[in-house]
Amino acid sequence: MSTGVAITGMGIISAIGNNVSENYSSLLEGRTGISHISKIDTVHKGSIMVGEIEFTNAELEAKLGLSADNNYSRTALLGAVAAKEAIADAKITNIKDYRTGLISSTSVGGMDMTEKFYYDYLESEDNRKYIEGHHAGDSTEKIAEQLGIDQSLVTTISTACSSAANAIMFGARLIKTGKLDRVIVGGADCLSKFTINGFKTLMILSDTYNTPFDENRKGLNLGEAAAYLVLESDFLVKKEKKKVLGYVVGYGNANDAYHQTASSENGDGATLAMEKALAVAGLEPKDIDYINAHGTATGNNDLSEGRALIRVFGKEIPEFSSTKAYTGHTLAAAGAIEAVYAILSLQNNIIYPNLNFKTPMKEFSLIPQTTLKEKALNTVLSNSLGFGGNCSTLIFSK
Amino acid sequence: MEKVYINSIGSISAQKTFDNNDFLEEITTYEDNIIPVIEPNYKDFIPPAAARRMAKGIKMGVVASKIALEEANLTDIDAIITGTGMGCVRDSEKFVTAILDNNEQFLTPTSFIQSTHNTVAGQIALGIGCKGYNFTYVHSSVSFESALIDALMQLELKEAENILVGGVDESGEHTNAIHKLIQHIKPEKINSNELLNSKTAGAVFGEGANFFVLSNKKQDSSYAQVLGVKTFNTLAISDLLANLEAYLKENNLSATDIDVLISGNNGDIDYDNYYTELTNGPFKNTQQVVYKHLSGEFNTASAFGFWLGAKILKTQQIPSAVAINTIKTKGFEIVLLYNQYRGKNHSFTLLRRC
Repeated sequence: MSTGVAITGMGIISAIGNNVSENYSSLLEGRTGISHISKIDTVHKGSIMVGEIEFTNAELEAKLGLSADNNYSRTALLGAVAAKEAIADAKITNIKDYRTGLISSTSVGGMDMTEKFYYDYLESEDNRKYIEGHHAGDSTEKIAEQLGIDQSLVTTISTACSSAANAIMFGARLIKTGKLDRVIVGGADCLSKFTINGFKTLMILSDTYNTPFDENRKGLNLGEAAAYLVLESDFLVKKEKKKVLGYVVGYGNANDAYHQTASSENGDGATLAMEKALAVAGLEPKDIDYINAHGTATGNNDLSEGRALIRVFGKEIPEFSSTKAYTGHTLAAAGAIEAVYAILSLQNNIIYPNLNFKTPMKEFSLIPQTTLKEKALNTVLSNSLGFGGNCSTLIFSK
Repeated sequence: MEKVYINSIGSISAQKTFDNNDFLEEITTYEDNIIPVIEPNYKDFIPPAAARRMAKGIKMGVVASKIALEEANLTDIDAIITGTGMGCVRDSEKFVTAILDNNEQFLTPTSFIQSTHNTVAGQIALGIGCKGYNFTYVHSSVSFESALIDALMQLELKEAENILVGGVDESGEHTNAIHKLIQHIKPEKINSNELLNSKTAGAVFGEGANFFVLSNKKQDSSYAQVLGVKTFNTLAISDLLANLEAYLKENNLSATDIDVLISGNNGDIDYDNYYTELTNGPFKNTQQVVYKHLSGEFNTASAFGFWLGAKILKTQQIPSAVAINTIKTKGFEIVLLYNQYRGKNHSFTLLRRC
């Protein structure tokens, strides 16, 4: 097995908790963060279910100590909170000690403010400060500023629902090639009318709690979240005697090249991504102890991903579960959210239940892990599959 | 480490650049503060039925990539890596407008789907059946350079042999309107020939798609070698030269080794002083080239600069429309590109004749 890239810190904010320990408690207690929309001004309030974070923007601004004239979108606010937790967790006191970069991901960026002030911008000067906050790179720039990362490699990836997995992959490669000593990787996406209505038009939103890998699944619940990992080079880890939480040992990205939004029925892209990640890690399928599946609970994803799992693992599929029933599908943040959950799995030798599962799918005999399970875990595989046929797999080890 | 070459190019810009046999012989001059691309006949490249459904950004990206793949004589590629600041922004605008105007009712998914930032990279993959690595970087004026960094890492380490890399951005009506309100776009219409000497704030916005096949295998069609790319999220003007010198040194070069400096100045009086640090400083006696008066400013305009550098090195010619001095007229070996937007997201790119 390859030695991989060390993870020395992590931070998260999601519908099931405002930090790593709260998220972990919710995972153990089977507590879902899915409820009816309450915070966004939409006609779908009370009908569509999502995973919302409790804090209002004003509360997040206060938490970050921002002045009243700030132009942070909710994506930037969530991202900054999670990234700061990751830095504190890695016990970084002076971020300029080493060559440090930031690779963040988002799909919605500052769309929450754009949709709010879209026509208002033309009429009044009041909210024009948010115009510059629209583009996807803006939240990343703000997170870099919050962390004190300057004169460095800072960029943003947007590949729909696999974005954060790709940010982790790119960051790991930057460490491996010696381009950086340390890189903060992850993603952030807030909820917006744009995404809620977008997924609604695709008719893949569930009108109730999402049920990954269930025959009667009705679609996904969207969620908002942000999560970041600190990746550090072996040199830095040794020199600073850093505590290592886990390693990124494998990664792979492939394209389904099948349809602009849907996944191929046979899961070609997901199969390729998992195979590539195993090859990079120098692992065999039998070496994987737990799979945190993408498992969005759409008809299409779970069938495609399930078939890909069978293609890669054959009859010996390790325990697998999707945590989307806890958090909702957090889009560009999902890969980072689930990376944090994978590390927590490894640290605690715990497999999370795939909530809400009742009936196996008729196409195959795959049954996710439905109860909390203790098992000695050395490697966890995590899938993130997105629009544009974008399929990514990460493998983490102790 | 393997050397990396630009094996082919494909450009759709505000100039007629989609024919690789031309090199800015005919210049289109604009008198405006927003300039569009000169579009090829898309039907020559995409079936009309498919083209009708595609956003402009997708059409530009798909066609620019087809031109590049054809010139490199490839039908498939190991990876597709794109940069885009805003993605298909017209579809984002369309979907927001539909949400607001119809109170979230009667919506259709097409514009939502096309608004996804990786839609161009996804459509290119779909078009050629490429199941390889597929990434999209969306970070303002280093979107394209981020894609370049990623491609270089893979090619230098022989993880891939041929990678399609491109930058694409389309112009959107509402986006332009609001950027006029905050003076990121010049309030006045201005002649392209006067743009870079204007004494006013803001830029002239443009759009474009510039795609390249990068490879660790040199071939007859090769344009140049890519020596490296470096990006900086922030750089105070006082730190610019020291960082550039350090970067050149990493590549065993100094300012005097640079034959051509390609600057990304856009005529914005508030931020062009970054470029004059170079052009009036260590590169005062270097052949200097500019391009944003021809392309307009957009998040991936620097990919047009990259196209220009590749063309100069291959043809060993500098069209008069882009030269701001005539210090050197032949024997171009090394080109340095420098770009930033509004004082942020700086990049240095080094190309060498091959």
